[in-house]
Amino acid sequence: MHVSIQQINKSFGPVRANQDITIAFAAGQIHGILGENGAGKSTLMKLLSGVYKPDSGQMFINDHAVTLGTPRHAVQIGIGMVGQDPLDVPVFNVLENIACGLQMPNDADIRQQITHWSTTLGFPLSPDQRMRDLTVGQRQQVEIVRLLIAGSDVVILDEPTTGITAAQVDALFAALKAIVATGKTVLFVTHKLDEIVALCDTVTILRAGQLVGTQLAMPVSKETMLIAMFGEFFTHAQLSAKPIPTDAPRWKLHDTQLHDATFVLGPLNLSLPKGMIIGLAGLEGSGQRLFMHHLAGITDPDRGQIDFNGTPITRANPTVAWLPADRLHEGIIGAMSLREHVLLMRDSLLAPLQTAYEKSTQLIADYAIKATPDMPLQQLSGGNQQRAMLALIPESAQGILLEHPTRGLDAVSAMTIWHRLQVRRDNGATVLFFSADLSEVMQYSDAILVFFGGQVSRLLARDTLSEEALAALIGGVGFAEVTA
Amino acid sequence: MNWTQLLTDIAAIIAVSAPLIIATMGIYLSERAGVINLSVDGSMLLAGMTGFAVAYTTNNLILGFVAAALVGGFIAALIAYLGVRLRISQTAIGFVLALLCTDLSSFLGNPYVQQTGPAVPAWPIPGLTSIPVLGQLFFRHDAVIYLSLILVPLLAWWIMRTRSGLIVRGLGERPDALFARGIDVIRWRYLMVIVGGVLIGLAGAAYTLDLKQGWTYRHMAGTGWIALAIVIFGAWRPWRILLGCYFFAALQTMASRLQDNAWQIPTQVLQVAPFVVMILVLAVVNSLGAPELQRWINRLPMPLRRVIRFLTSPAPAALGKPFIQQ
Repeated sequence: MHVSIQQINKSFGPVRANQDITIAFAAGQIHGILGENGAGKSTLMKLLSGVYKPDSGQMFINDHAVTLGTPRHAVQIGIGMVGQDPLDVPVFNVLENIACGLQMPNDADIRQQITHWSTTLGFPLSPDQRMRDLTVGQRQQVEIVRLLIAGSDVVILDEPTTGITAAQVDALFAALKAIVATGKTVLFVTHKLDEIVALCDTVTILRAGQLVGTQLAMPVSKETMLIAMFGEFFTHAQLSAKPIPTDAPRWKLHDTQLHDATFVLGPLNLSLPKGMIIGLAGLEGSGQRLFMHHLAGITDPDRGQIDFNGTPITRANPTVAWLPADRLHEGIIGAMSLREHVLLMRDSLLAPLQTAYEKSTQLIADYAIKATPDMPLQQLSGGNQQRAMLALIPESAQGILLEHPTRGLDAVSAMTIWHRLQVRRDNGATVLFFSADLSEVMQYSDAILVFFGGQVSRLLARDTLSEEALAALIGGVGFAEVTA
Repeated sequence: MNWTQLLTDIAAIIAVSAPLIIATMGIYLSERAGVINLSVDGSMLLAGMTGFAVAYTTNNLILGFVAAALVGGFIAALIAYLGVRLRISQTAIGFVLALLCTDLSSFLGNPYVQQTGPAVPAWPIPGLTSIPVLGQLFFRHDAVIYLSLILVPLLAWWIMRTRSGLIVRGLGERPDALFARGIDVIRWRYLMVIVGGVLIGLAGAAYTLDLKQGWTYRHMAGTGWIALAIVIFGAWRPWRILLGCYFFAALQTMASRLQDNAWQIPTQVLQVAPFVVMILVLAVVNSLGAPELQRWINRLPMPLRRVIRFLTSPAPAALGKPFIQQ
């Protein structure tokens, strides 16, 4: 089946997620879709599979115009998608999960089809297993089998190798090659260059919602792909980075393994020194948040140990501050004012309001927050909320963990924030931050940790890296050489 | 207590539970599809009152039941529109409607209080009544009670064994997954909530036209809330819900029987005892599902673990959560 789209546009509010996308996918091939986080890959795939309705544009199947906009249409046309978190029903077994919504009336036929496809593709599946007992990799296999039984001619996979084992990746790649050998089409969304090289027949590259490389036949050099993904690199005039000190570290991770529902990170052996700003580079969702949660002591590691100033980290350590990206949700209480926040952090339950007033007035001056002490924080702009959160970090904090410290902020706000963070660093605090903006990581870090494929690099002095080299590491190129 | 007495009591429990069973099955359908209809108590009152009024005026029982079903279905449609389409809190809507319908039934039902109207006739099934024990237990009732007896196996089979039942279960567990499979989540939820509402309406009429025959203010107030609790007690499984209905009716029968004995227990204690027992059972069953206990439960032998797992099956994962189409 030959799928093509013409002049597809999709916006979310002011964000143009897909702009004038025109592309055609030939049958019987694996097409790679490459791009950074937020480049518009997932949006494009959701448009194809009918989850989103395009604002404008047209889709053609074998040169016949078709309507887009509901999964029902996509299913009828024969387009199916396996999401990053497979859309299955945890309490169902494999058979029920596949049968649900299928036109095939007889369970015995479906059983036979499951056996057929799982043998053909080399997936060890049994129809009677419960979905909730399966790993992400197995659930993904069930989804692929389900789409094939439902008669999909185009199978879309969105970042399918995140959170699955190396053996499952091999099985997946072999299966995808077997699928296209039957004349079906596979669209493979990823940010990992090596996967494009290993698997795909063509590569299409998106940047900021626009096509920057269409249907390039493989092989394409990694360098070409990197430049297409990130644009031309330019270097900032920057302060020289502090050298990595060798005295007793702030944080020390001994053979630590971390995990959440879908992701495993480690085992890690790292020392994070005192008085540094350390940037966490890597695509969003490579484990940075998990890493910070553990450093903050919010979650305990699976195995191994995390020390802070030489003793194991404990929950609610008052000298570690964690500032999540979702400010209003996790960081501050929107309906409460700065003064009330100051009051909340007092040890004494009967601390007088007046001292909190003086303290908050002083914070407002120090951090250039545009607010009065009694304004509810939700009424503040993003930059002012972020500065308020920074201001509320106690002076005694020795570890500061930030997620997207300047996302959505204008340049002046961002500079104020970095200035305050540098002061904190010079006072001995270790600041870790994660930003999706490579140039921000390059500009403000003293040292960098790169996250890729469930592993973390050793601490890399920023002065030894260029932006190009960092971009390559994020895409996994040469990553093996920088792991400890 | 002798053998005949016991049989009579059990037959009475089966008869008394009929409206409760019909109502719980309505709630079951709606909640399996992921929508909470909290208006049950008010719905039953308003539908029961309307059913009685129509049957009384037209002297036609069938019309009475149809009217009750329409009222129940209409209230459910309102809940579906506000809760599923407009995504307003299902708890708030249901609660407000419960109160509104209760008062509306008192106000509109004023002319019919204490009137004698038509009632569902007994309908012993010829031939089957003479079967020893079973005949007396099951086959000497009326159409409403037979409906309650058929409804549970019918719905259990439909929801647990058929393809469309699978879709209904999926709606309550993960509507996004069904949407991705090309299923119109909103339409299905509408349908299930309305069918559930029709059953709740019929349950109301089962009181006014059969079990309690006639209309008074707040005729069977409280039953709807009990029905909601029994569905939780039954862990959204039809046979356990049936068990819950009979268990509750049995407790009530026992309570009224104990009043005649010389045990010196105040009547009020016996009247509320079934509610207290329900709460205790719910508390025990729920705490068995607590994650802290799982480690201990996993050490138990397999048969025991099965029993506990049967008792602790969780609520539909998407229950009460609005589905947002992207």
